[in-house]
Amino acid sequence: MTDLTELTVAAIRKGVADGTFTAVEVAEAFNANVAAAGALNAFIVATPEKAIEAAEATDAKRAKGEALGKMGGVPIGMKDLFATAGVQTTAASHILEGFTPQYESTVSQNLWNAGAGMLGKLNLDQFAMGSSNETSYFGNVISPWKRGGGDNASLAPGGSSGGSSAAVSARLCPAATGTDTGGSIRQPAAFTGITGIKPTYGRCSRWGVVAFASSLDQAGPMARDVTDCAIMLESMAGFDPKDATSLNMPVPEWEAGLNADLKGKKVGIPREYRMDGMDAEIAKSWDDGIAWLKDAGAEVVDISLPHTKYALPAYYIIAPAEASSNLARYDGVRYGLRDLPEGAGLQDMYAATRADGFGPEVKRRIMIGTYVLSAGFYDAYYNQAQKVRALIARDFEHAFTQCDVILAPTCPSAAFALGDKTSDPLSMYLNDVFAVPASLAGLPAMSVPAGLNSEGLPLGLQIIGKAFDEQGVLNAGLAIEQRAGFTAKPERWW
Amino acid sequence: MSVDKATVAKIASLARIRMTDAEVDAMVPELNQILGWVEQLGEVDCTGVEPMTAVIPNTLRLRDDVVDADPLTGGGVRDKVLANAPAAEHGFFGVPKVIE
Repeated sequence: MTDLTELTVAAIRKGVADGTFTAVEVAEAFNANVAAAGALNAFIVATPEKAIEAAEATDAKRAKGEALGKMGGVPIGMKDLFATAGVQTTAASHILEGFTPQYESTVSQNLWNAGAGMLGKLNLDQFAMGSSNETSYFGNVISPWKRGGGDNASLAPGGSSGGSSAAVSARLCPAATGTDTGGSIRQPAAFTGITGIKPTYGRCSRWGVVAFASSLDQAGPMARDVTDCAIMLESMAGFDPKDATSLNMPVPEWEAGLNADLKGKKVGIPREYRMDGMDAEIAKSWDDGIAWLKDAGAEVVDISLPHTKYALPAYYIIAPAEASSNLARYDGVRYGLRDLPEGAGLQDMYAATRADGFGPEVKRRIMIGTYVLSAGFYDAYYNQAQKVRALIARDFEHAFTQCDVILAPTCPSAAFALGDKTSDPLSMYLNDVFAVPASLAGLPAMSVPAGLNSEGLPLGLQIIGKAFDEQGVLNAGLAIEQRAGFTAKPERWW
Repeated sequence: MSVDKATVAKIASLARIRMTDAEVDAMVPELNQILGWVEQLGEVDCTGVEPMTAVIPNTLRLRDDVVDADPLTGGGVRDKVLANAPAAEHGFFGVPKVIE
C-alpha cells in the first residue's frame, strides 16, 4: 500500500472520494507521523482524536453518498495562533498557556466546514514575532532539513510559521495554516522546501486569530505544492461580517483556474532587490526563475521599486506599534496568566503578569511600539512610517502598470542554524527584506521551491501579484513549479 | 534620537511591563540600535503624502444596530466570557482592590 503521508491534499481528497482508502486511514497515518516526530517540536498540542473524529464524519458522509467538501478527508495542522474551540490556544506564549477558547476562528471553522480535520496546534514564534522559531515559550522548532556533508547543526525552520513549515516538509501533515505579517508564511516555506501563499489583505478573516499587527496580519495555506495551496486557500478565504477588514468579494475558483501558460503575461524584475553582496546561489536561483517564466511564455521586464530599502525600517515601526496596542489586552484580568505579588495593586498585577508572561522579543517589540507611539515621537516615527508605507504601495501600483506579476527571491539566504542570529535582533529582522514590502502593500505573494543550494538546502522564489490577483500569482507559481521539478525532501533523522 | 535608562524605564512603565534595573540596562543599547536603524526613514521626502491607514480600499462596515445579532459576538454568553478568567467570582472578573 502507498504511504498515505506522501500524498498531496489533492491526492488524499481524490483517494478518499474514490474509496481507494478511507479518511480514517489517512488520519491514522498522519497521527502516527506526528507522534513519532517529537524531536522536531513542531506541535504544541497534538489532537489525534480530533483528526479521527473529522475523518469518521467524512467516511460516514461518503457512505451516504454525500458530497465531501473541498478538503474532504484531509487532516491538517493548525498554527497555534488560530482560536480553536475547546483546544488550548497559546500563540506560543506563557501568558496564554492553558487558554481554552470558547469559540472557533473563522478560518479554522471554514476549513472544518470544507471537510478538513485537525492533527494538532503547531508551534510558532511567540505572538508570531520572529523569523526563526526561536521565541516560542514551548521551545524551538527544529527544521527537518540538515546541511549535507555530515553537518549536524540544527537549522531554523523559518518563522513565524515554523511549526507549520517543519510539519509539512517532514510529512507530519499534508498542509497547514500559516499567518503572514511580514513574511511569516513565505520565509518558512522557502526554508523548508514547501509552498505557501499570503493572499491579498482581507481575503481571510482575522476573526479569532491572535492579533500581532492588525493592518498586516493575513492567514494563508502552506502545503507541498501550488495546487494544494489553491485548494486550501479557497476553503480558508471568504467574507466574514465579524471582521471589519474582511473583503466583501466572492472567492474565485483558484484551483479550477490554474494555468501555467503565461503567454501574454509580463513578469517584472525589481532592480532594487538585486542587492550588493547578494548570495551568489540566491542570484542564480532568481535567474533560473526568470528563465523558467520566459519558457512558460512570459515576457520579462525590468521594473523599479525605489522605496524598497525603507520597507523594513517602516515595518519595524508599524508592526510593533500595532502590536503594543493589540497586546495591551493581556493583563491578567480576563484570561491567561495572572501574577499577583503579595499585597500588589492592580497596576502592579498588570506589570508583573506581563513581565512573566511575555518573552524577550515580545517585550522588545512592545517597548519599541510604546516608544514610537508616545507623545512627542508619534509624528517623527509612526506617522513618517505610515507615509513611507504609502510610497511603497505606490511603487507597486506603478510597477503593475508595466507588469502582471513580480518575481524575486523569497529570502536573502537559505536556512541558517538555530542560535546564529539570536544575539542580534537587527540581523534577524534583515532576513525579511524581500518579504516585507508586499506585506506593507497588502498584496498577494507566494513562495515556491526553486531548488537546492550547494549545502543541499532549499531555496524559494517569490511571486508578488496585484491586489486580488491570487490567480496570477498561483499561475506563475505553477509555471515555476513545473520547471523547477523540485522533489527533494528531508532525510528522516527524527 | 537615542534613549537613556530613564526613558527606557518610563516606556516600560507605560507598557505595563515590570523590569529590573539589569533588564532596563540591557534594553537601552538594543532599543538604541533599532531606533538608530529606523531613523533612516527621515531621509524620505514625504511632502504631500498622506499616511497610509488602510492597505486595501475597503469601506468600513457598521454592524446592524441589533442587540445580540450574532450568537458568537453578541451578549448572553457570560459563562463563556468568564471561562478563562484567572479569578472569576459571582459572574464578574475579580481584580485586586482598586479603591480604599
